[in-house]
Amino acid sequence: MSVLIDKSSKILIQGFTGKMGTFHAEEMIKYGSNVVGGVTPGKGGSKHLNLPVFNTVKEAVETTGASASILFVPPAFAADSAMEAADAGIKTCVAIVDGIPSHDMIRIKRYMRRYSRVQKMTLIGPNCAGVISPGKAMLGIMPGHIYKEGKVGIIGRSGTLGYEAAQQMKNLGIGISTSVGIGGDPINGSSFKDILEKFEEDNETDAVLMIGEIGGPQEVAAGKFAKENMKKPVIAYIAGLTAPKGRVMGHAGAIVSAYGESAVEKVELLKECGVTISKNPSVMGETVKSVLEKK
Amino acid sequence: MDIHEYQAKKILAGFGVTVPRGGIVYSPENAENKARELGGSKWVVKAQIHSGARGKAGGIIVCNSELEVAQATDKLLGKKLVTNQTGPEGKIVNRVYIEEATDIKKELYLGLVFDRSSESIMVVASTEGGMSVEEISKQRPETIIRSKIEVAVGMQQFQAREIAFGLGIEPKLISRMAEAITGCYRAFSELDATMVEVNPLVISNQEQILALDCKMSFDNNALFRRNQISELRDKSQENASEVYASDRGLNYVSLDGNIGNIINGAGLAMASMDMIKLAGGEPANFLDVGGGATPEKIVKAFKLISMDKKVKVILVNIFAGINRCDWVAEGIVQALQKIEIKVPLVIRLAGTNVEKGNQILKESKINYIEANTLEDAANKAVKALGK
Repeated sequence: MSVLIDKSSKILIQGFTGKMGTFHAEEMIKYGSNVVGGVTPGKGGSKHLNLPVFNTVKEAVETTGASASILFVPPAFAADSAMEAADAGIKTCVAIVDGIPSHDMIRIKRYMRRYSRVQKMTLIGPNCAGVISPGKAMLGIMPGHIYKEGKVGIIGRSGTLGYEAAQQMKNLGIGISTSVGIGGDPINGSSFKDILEKFEEDNETDAVLMIGEIGGPQEVAAGKFAKENMKKPVIAYIAGLTAPKGRVMGHAGAIVSAYGESAVEKVELLKECGVTISKNPSVMGETVKSVLEKK
Repeated sequence: MDIHEYQAKKILAGFGVTVPRGGIVYSPENAENKARELGGSKWVVKAQIHSGARGKAGGIIVCNSELEVAQATDKLLGKKLVTNQTGPEGKIVNRVYIEEATDIKKELYLGLVFDRSSESIMVVASTEGGMSVEEISKQRPETIIRSKIEVAVGMQQFQAREIAFGLGIEPKLISRMAEAITGCYRAFSELDATMVEVNPLVISNQEQILALDCKMSFDNNALFRRNQISELRDKSQENASEVYASDRGLNYVSLDGNIGNIINGAGLAMASMDMIKLAGGEPANFLDVGGGATPEKIVKAFKLISMDKKVKVILVNIFAGINRCDWVAEGIVQALQKIEIKVPLVIRLAGTNVEKGNQILKESKINYIEANTLEDAANKAVKALGK
């Protein structure tokens, strides 16, 4: 097993016939992902890349049995597409798109509350590189060849910093079970904790590397979850240790943001939770290696 | 995107929040006329800049005659105000707001923001309005009223009432206060705001509830559907290089150091800045050219960095995925043919086709220092400072 996707996952491309959708669908197919078709409203019934195009996600799911989808639609329509996927019974949906309004993200998340835990779609992103289970399937836009197949899970906000980690690990001979880019937006589909939970249950993952950033409560929440619920070791790097505080207007932000949102505070709190910290971004691979050797 | 106080007041007034009468002016003559038009015997002249704490910086002047209003306006227009929120460079005053004075009985605080942990809209209120609210939230956090609003159904009457009662105001004013709070919530939720702050929200001696000062910020990602809000943008209040960058699709923040950097991806950019600091240097900027790092974006990025006089070394760190390194390298070579760079240049490429990329750079005869890892790049950039 791997988390979220594997070799048999049937994948739909939402926004299939556009330039981005076409390009990345081809890349995913080349990597070995089981792309079964796509959705472009108004172009249903036609063929694209030799695969069927549907008008609605529902129709596509009924015909192909797809369980995963990836969105290549403009930000203004992304919320609608994600909700359509959830309604059609898609289980894993990746939103690559950067620039979805925060109010729309909240709307998607409220909409998804109507589903039970079992029925609920896992939304990954937005503003992310997607998901890859090396050697099995890619549901994203990452360069597949830098990921070696193996047993470490990666969860990261940033796409390119995730690539950096994968390459450092490959250079040290460490492989990856699944790498999940949860995206850099303030409100995202899945949190670090949501994905940690999946890795803890996955019998092909031995340890997890989290790549976080300054701002927001998610990294610390994940650390607390790891402390209370996980047997597998967790390693973390938090980017922005030296980032200056952003310029602000007014006081409301400062009143609401809790202790533990700066990189330094996050590192301290994660250490208290028993998470091993990669002290800088050039030793993420080495830190994972040292943890695996101790196991 | 931030807007001015007078713009925020106009918006809130449209949602049923009472604001003092006032008008915007661009000259002392204008100001005098505006004061006469408003009538009364006391006015407040307020510098319009995108910052709070204007009072302490001398940006708010109480006047007792029309002549004083004109003089105060003359003093403020064209001046740079430095507050604890503007940074040392300050912000220029191009517009002045003339407002009737309010007899204040009580000052309160009301703010609305997104709460990232509950993913809802949070209303924050305090009986202590004015400058000291941030201090109070640290020293006596229990006195701060917090209310999470479920966005799917919006703010309910009882929630607005609870906040109003929490502020300890007289029963006869509760429903009017609840209306003001609901108005702010509706403005936040209907206009894609990311922050609405009324500080102070005052009760006047005439028992009016007035938004005496307001700030609003909006989600840049939602401006495509908020034309009327987009029009309120005032570029004179933003850092010139940052405006240049955002107009060209670059994500840029100017900083105080002297190592300029060009990186793809916000996380990798922050990580590279961490490495620069660890190596003993200081970054001159944060610049994310986007995950894709297209040649056009790289040209624009070099142009932007070359305009920054502080920069003594440039560090380029690109992790190429689908956009192969050979393509990125060609972009860099193109950029350097167009733009003359006089400072040492350190380039680190990684990812798809890295050998090919490095070969293109070598054969191009551009003058640069090659680096292989993140650490190597940061060390070489700091070392190059000494040359």
